[in-house]
Amino acid sequence: MGAHSIAHADGHAHDVHHHEESFVSKYIFSHDHKMISKQFLVTAIFMAWVAVIMSLIFRLQLAWPGEGFAFTNFFLGEKWAPGGVLDPNMYLALVTIHGTIMVFFVLTGGLSGTFANLLIPLQLGARDMASGFINMLSYWFFFLSSIIMLSSLFVEGGPASAGWTIYPPLSALPKAIPGSGMGMTLWLVSMTLFIASSLMGGLNYVVTIMNLRTKGMKMTRMPLTMWAILLTAVLGILSFPVLLSAALLLLLDRSLGTSFYLSDIYIAGEALDHTGGSPVLFQHLFWFLGHPEVYIVLLPALGITSEIISTNSRKPIFGYRAMIGSILAIGFLSFIVWGHHMFITGMNPFLGSVFVFTTLLIAIPSAVKVFNYITTLWRGNLVLTPAMLFSIGLVATFIAGGLTGIILADSALDINVHDTYFVVAHFHIVMGMSAIFGMFAGVYHWFPKMYGRMMNTKMGYAHFWVTFVCAFGVFFPMHFIGLAGAPRRYYSYSEFPMFDGVLDLNILVTLFAIVGALAQVLFTYNFFYSVFRGPKAVQNPWKSNTLEWTTPVEHIHGNWPGPLPVVYRWPYDYSKPGKAEDWVSQITPLDHDEEEH
Amino acid sequence: MMKLLILIVVVLGILAVAQLARVYELTAKLRGKREEDISPADNRFNGRMMWVFGIAYFAFFLWLVLHYKDKMLPVAASEQGVETDWLMDFNWWILLVAFVITNVLLFWFAGKYIYSKDRRAYWQPHNNKLELAWTVAPAAVLAVIIIYGLQSWNNITSPASPDALVVELYARQFDWTARYPGNDGGLGATDFRLINGNNPLGIVTKESVAERIAELDAEINSSDSLLAHAILAATKQEELTEQVGRMRRNKTRIINLRTIMELDIAEKGEASPYLHGADDIVIKEFVLPVRKEVKILIRSQDVIHSAYLPHMRIQMNAVPGMTTTMKMVPTITTDSMRTIMADQDFNFILLCNKICGASHYNMQMPLVITSAEEYTVWMAEALKKPFKPLAVKEENEGAAPVATPIDTTVVAPATVAQLH
Repeated sequence: MGAHSIAHADGHAHDVHHHEESFVSKYIFSHDHKMISKQFLVTAIFMAWVAVIMSLIFRLQLAWPGEGFAFTNFFLGEKWAPGGVLDPNMYLALVTIHGTIMVFFVLTGGLSGTFANLLIPLQLGARDMASGFINMLSYWFFFLSSIIMLSSLFVEGGPASAGWTIYPPLSALPKAIPGSGMGMTLWLVSMTLFIASSLMGGLNYVVTIMNLRTKGMKMTRMPLTMWAILLTAVLGILSFPVLLSAALLLLLDRSLGTSFYLSDIYIAGEALDHTGGSPVLFQHLFWFLGHPEVYIVLLPALGITSEIISTNSRKPIFGYRAMIGSILAIGFLSFIVWGHHMFITGMNPFLGSVFVFTTLLIAIPSAVKVFNYITTLWRGNLVLTPAMLFSIGLVATFIAGGLTGIILADSALDINVHDTYFVVAHFHIVMGMSAIFGMFAGVYHWFPKMYGRMMNTKMGYAHFWVTFVCAFGVFFPMHFIGLAGAPRRYYSYSEFPMFDGVLDLNILVTLFAIVGALAQVLFTYNFFYSVFRGPKAVQNPWKSNTLEWTTPVEHIHGNWPGPLPVVYRWPYDYSKPGKAEDWVSQITPLDHDEEEH
Repeated sequence: MMKLLILIVVVLGILAVAQLARVYELTAKLRGKREEDISPADNRFNGRMMWVFGIAYFAFFLWLVLHYKDKMLPVAASEQGVETDWLMDFNWWILLVAFVITNVLLFWFAGKYIYSKDRRAYWQPHNNKLELAWTVAPAAVLAVIIIYGLQSWNNITSPASPDALVVELYARQFDWTARYPGNDGGLGATDFRLINGNNPLGIVTKESVAERIAELDAEINSSDSLLAHAILAATKQEELTEQVGRMRRNKTRIINLRTIMELDIAEKGEASPYLHGADDIVIKEFVLPVRKEVKILIRSQDVIHSAYLPHMRIQMNAVPGMTTTMKMVPTITTDSMRTIMADQDFNFILLCNKICGASHYNMQMPLVITSAEEYTVWMAEALKKPFKPLAVKEENEGAAPVATPIDTTVVAPATVAQLH
């Protein structure tokens, strides 16, 4: 199957009906990148729903602290929500697992897993991934790690509750918080499997992009999605192992009595044996992954957006090389900025200054990207499909979240807003919303490629507008809650008279969150309905230039029935002067005297 | 019942939207329109919506600013806070310009250039001049932001002057304790192994060391006899054995500490930090005089906490195993602030801003800023009740030899090794 397709990669005609497949090899242990991509997507949608419901539960508590809700009680039962009132320990568990699932399972595994798997072979003209088997393993490790993460919700003491950043000593000591018992162990085991999955996927992506491009597909003729995914994979390969080592050392501290992160602790009436370790060490290791992780989440979304904005503006992406350059610059810089999460940990202030400098440098390639998107729209011929709307939405959230990032990167200002709702607002907009908008855009745009059917456009519009309004309705007011000094991860704000003035904002936010979640019901319905009952798609519904639209609508192993396509031009020849149509596929040879760009 | 009704209405609403969309789909099919064809009407609608959204977005922003500007943090009450507030405003103005320009262009273009069959998009793959412009312009602006930012950062984080007042904030789940130096002007050394009911911060003095050793001896003895004579469940027995082991190791380390203390005192005499602890003031009140620089030392007993003083605009983590510091010069007394805020119950607040457990959301201590005179009065009162561990009987202390740095953790593996 996978290996089989590679054997045919030399360009022989590929016989579709050569061998019958069983249900198991086709839908479950599939080596086919298109099927694996769908598996990632459906798993991610399920995980996203778990995380959304968690957020609704704690948003209810934040808006109406101490009140009982049947909704809360339904999901958590009497143990964690007596009378429907959320338990404070469970509150912390929910914010922790909400963050973990969204960051890792939805926006890393789900986003990269879906679109890297779907698009790499299709946009580069390959029969499949370099290793179909490792690709399959990558999904099943992801699946297993999802199961373990979800099972941690059901253990005594509850799931991990130390925040998604799991800072020790809180995460190391079951005596400090009940969630640091079995729940934390499962969290670490789950993340270990997740990292293995992510590494297998990442290595496969890089190898495939470097080696299996079809004839004529030079690096500088690759769609920007490919560049974004390549850099994402490289970032993941370089940074996830560091998280793994951080997690392993934490496991040792927890179970074998080592002292990597622990020192001088007196808890529950006892002085512990640990001496000489430093909790700050964990933070360095964590954020060495944690910051590139932001771009692991964001870059694929930006790549998807570049592709969709160009296609639907019927206009080449403005500054293709500058876009590649900015992806490379962001990728490089993302490795030397992690300290900006740690300005107030007692880190040497001079070191802090260095991180201020490197962090603010990232604003330059980011600004270039924003201006290039806007210029691509300028004098374009915009077809406002749901995918295009979400892409424009992404640019809006990227602007709003990027600008507040400048405040947080400025260490002197960070002192006062660090760990407040301002931070919550910032990263939900710039990383959460941007990435999820990129993911929605990708789903709407490539749905015909994935399922051979079309999603309903009208429902797509309703989904976009409600989601877009609610995204800002939820996260924009949080800046103000943060500027009033309200810390994040507080179970309730009613203990402090100083926050009384912004308490009504919490209600506003929760109302938007509820409506926003309902819009996702519409999306989920549209998605699954269209998978089975949507109108049949044509081969190239968006009149796009890239190679994936030259494959047949019905999926076949090896993607192209005949020889692999040959590429003659870059992917952005939209509305090129002298052409009859406003698009020219990459497989169309250059005219006699035609210049490439 | 009401909730159930709302739920039913909501579900029906979503179904209605979905069905409506299906009806559109079917009629479109009848007219021969394909799903991927975006009709001019749809394009126009979404384009107009982009404009509407753009306007609503700015309106929402403006409403939030106007409606909530008085509910943000009040005027900064420290010199450091005044500086960061200025810097914050300076940055806001720059960002506001960028925010408005980019969003106006984005939403304007998104609505203006909607698809028309009769028009072609402008062929413009790149423009080096433009690209250079918007690389250099942000770079220049960022240079300004960086320079001003680092200047403030250096001012705020530079070491406090030697004559600054020193106060320690000690964090634990879920409260704060303050420690002030006594008459000798210095804070005593601390060790977490000395923490007990009488000595919540583990201050090291000859007496506290002796007391803790005696206490551990007593605990070890009673646990030993429990293990020897009582019938215990296997798990309980294991737990207790482990606990006794830990107490023994702690005791050994405390005896080491005593040796170090004695050597240090012999070497430095009165300057030794081990002699400064006895008169330290350990207190659940946090009082500082106005316009006097204060160096705040921050420590934690168990997990990471963060000492956040929002009205002062300063914050620093409390990390177990290390001492962190921050400095500030308060500029407004609590009384003046009450007048400014027109709120007689107003208090400056120290709160915890790093997730630390179930009651994280309520880990607070009021900060009182007084005039210099009031502070002297308060301090005189506080000095009357300095930290003092209970006096310990001499016979207990004499029992332990002075320097026996034998660690049971080292002994145990050695015995195991011999067995092999």
